[in-house]
Amino acid sequence: MVTYILRRLLWAALLVLVVSFVTFVIFYALPSADPAVLRAGARSGNHALLESIRDTLGLDEPWYVQYAKYMERLLLHFDFGFSYRTDAPVREQIFDRIPATASLVLGAAAVWIAVGIPVGVVSATRRRSWIDRIAMGATLVAISAPVYWLGLVVLYLFADDIGRFPLFKGSGSYVPLTESPAGWFGSLLLPWLVLAATAAAFYARLLRGNLAGVLSEDYIRTARAKGLSERAVVWRHGVRSAITPVVTVLGLDIGILLGGAILTETVFNIPGVGRLAFSAIRGADLPMIQGTVLIGALFIILSNLVVDVLYGFLDPRVRIG
Amino acid sequence: MSGKRTLLEIEDLRVGFRTQDGLVQAVRGASLEVAAGGALGIVGESGSGKSVAMLTVLGLTRGPTAEIAGEIRFEGRDLVGARESELRAVRGGRIAMIFQDPQSSMHPFYRVGRQLVEALKAHQTMTRTAARERAVELLALVGIPEPRRRVDAYPHEYSGGMRQRAMIAMALANDPELLIADEPTTALDVTVQAQILDLLARLREELGMALVLLTHDLGVVAQVTDEIAVMYAGEVVERGSREAILTAPEHPYTWGLLRSIPRLDRPRREELVPIAGSPPSLLAPPSGCAFHPRCPYVREAHRRVHPPLDPAPGAVVHDVRCLLPATTRRRLWRELAAPAEGGAR
Repeated sequence: MVTYILRRLLWAALLVLVVSFVTFVIFYALPSADPAVLRAGARSGNHALLESIRDTLGLDEPWYVQYAKYMERLLLHFDFGFSYRTDAPVREQIFDRIPATASLVLGAAAVWIAVGIPVGVVSATRRRSWIDRIAMGATLVAISAPVYWLGLVVLYLFADDIGRFPLFKGSGSYVPLTESPAGWFGSLLLPWLVLAATAAAFYARLLRGNLAGVLSEDYIRTARAKGLSERAVVWRHGVRSAITPVVTVLGLDIGILLGGAILTETVFNIPGVGRLAFSAIRGADLPMIQGTVLIGALFIILSNLVVDVLYGFLDPRVRIG
Repeated sequence: MSGKRTLLEIEDLRVGFRTQDGLVQAVRGASLEVAAGGALGIVGESGSGKSVAMLTVLGLTRGPTAEIAGEIRFEGRDLVGARESELRAVRGGRIAMIFQDPQSSMHPFYRVGRQLVEALKAHQTMTRTAARERAVELLALVGIPEPRRRVDAYPHEYSGGMRQRAMIAMALANDPELLIADEPTTALDVTVQAQILDLLARLREELGMALVLLTHDLGVVAQVTDEIAVMYAGEVVERGSREAILTAPEHPYTWGLLRSIPRLDRPRREELVPIAGSPPSLLAPPSGCAFHPRCPYVREAHRRVHPPLDPAPGAVVHDVRCLLPATTRRRLWRELAAPAEGGAR
């Protein structure tokens, strides 16, 4: 098991290398604004200034030399460099923003699990009943509603500044948990619901399909023949099997979103990694782009690893020796 | 019916399932009896209704699309109209059931011991350690070597035969009075089949429980049961003592079943005779005698008249559902059985 995890971590390192290289190549291969010009701003006519900026940032060197230097700092010192635009260290910038993104994503995940799983179970055990039809209709709507649309509608309806029914904190109200737990909770309530809506619907449908299949398995008949209560049959035997693919998807979803829930963060103006990445891309801020991409990749790789290890615990047949 | 009290009595049981194409009549008026400690073999092809009838005993066919009528009495208590909670106490308690494919019949994610403990705790209040001890005992009882170690294994770490043994152990957890075994050996290797049948026969003897064995293979019931019922298209077409059915069968369908089994006491070049045609649709069962479309002795009236299950003249424990005159039936069977003296086995 330990060697398996170590081997996977080695692969992860290799993958980070590949991802960073691809990001570098894309940045230089595709037309983009000149970082030096952006940095110089109004004084970009001043050639001497541009030269000195290029010299300081190392932009005058060939891209592969820049890449080698970047990787050297990254691998030896875990140093992501400095922003072209603000000179702020990239690593600290990103780490400062992870709590906001993590608050948003983990809270939303709790909501979509708490809603999606019961809905899926009820729908699967009462297929074709009116409750199943209503639930599946609702999930179809939720899956079809994009986050930026749903977010704006919800803000327009319920935000305390622009809403028709000012019930909840609106956009730009994010407060860190360490500052005020109540404020944190209130400010994230709408973002959680909006980010969770699509996922909850998707999980409900996924679980409904899986569970419906599992409930026709022979071992479910055995469980009933043993005289177990219907609840034990459905949850202990049915859901236990049907949940494994859901756990896989959950791990990946959380991993992907931790790298930045760009749409939700933007709509609700939450200072998370996603918004940092977004502004870095607009500003041709290569170190910041690299940093956010790498952190995102790292989250996805780690969540993949966690899912694979967890899978062994969930399904003894695929347990890794 | 050896004078013992009747344990399970099924009378005119009808089970249908509503589908988009219409009502599938899986069981069409089946009547069966099992004596306490007795062993009944129910023989029939897939779709003959034997599994559905027995699942209905446990209430496992209930559902929004099911139509169930008739009577099932277990120790005098009605099970057709019983509440779900009453049925749950019977399931795995007084009546246990094992199934065809031990591969898929155990939950793949739980250890065998845990599944045994679960069966125990569904019907008895006992401590975890006591339940575990009992699980080990049960595994030993069904002949699993090193039960103390194997109790912590997962089903996929067992062989097919061991899994079926574990299933039997689980069924025995609460000392049932009746064990229903639905094709328990069909999915197993031939050598393992014999072991499982021996085990069932031994356990029945030791524990004094009754056994209902569902199979499509007359050879299997011959080994372990003392009464046999033959089902066709949801009906019992012939029933009687093992000797009666194997040596003096009176229904053409039973003849077909017997003649499609390879036998060592017959000349090798003698061909096996398959039953012509295929099982009837249960959406629209044949009129008259259900077997008439496949019966080589069919007469015009058989297409219209539905034969009752009548005692075979002169026999003590032998009923048959056939319109042919008894004398004709016996003559035909004598002719069919002629090459080998003395009939079956």
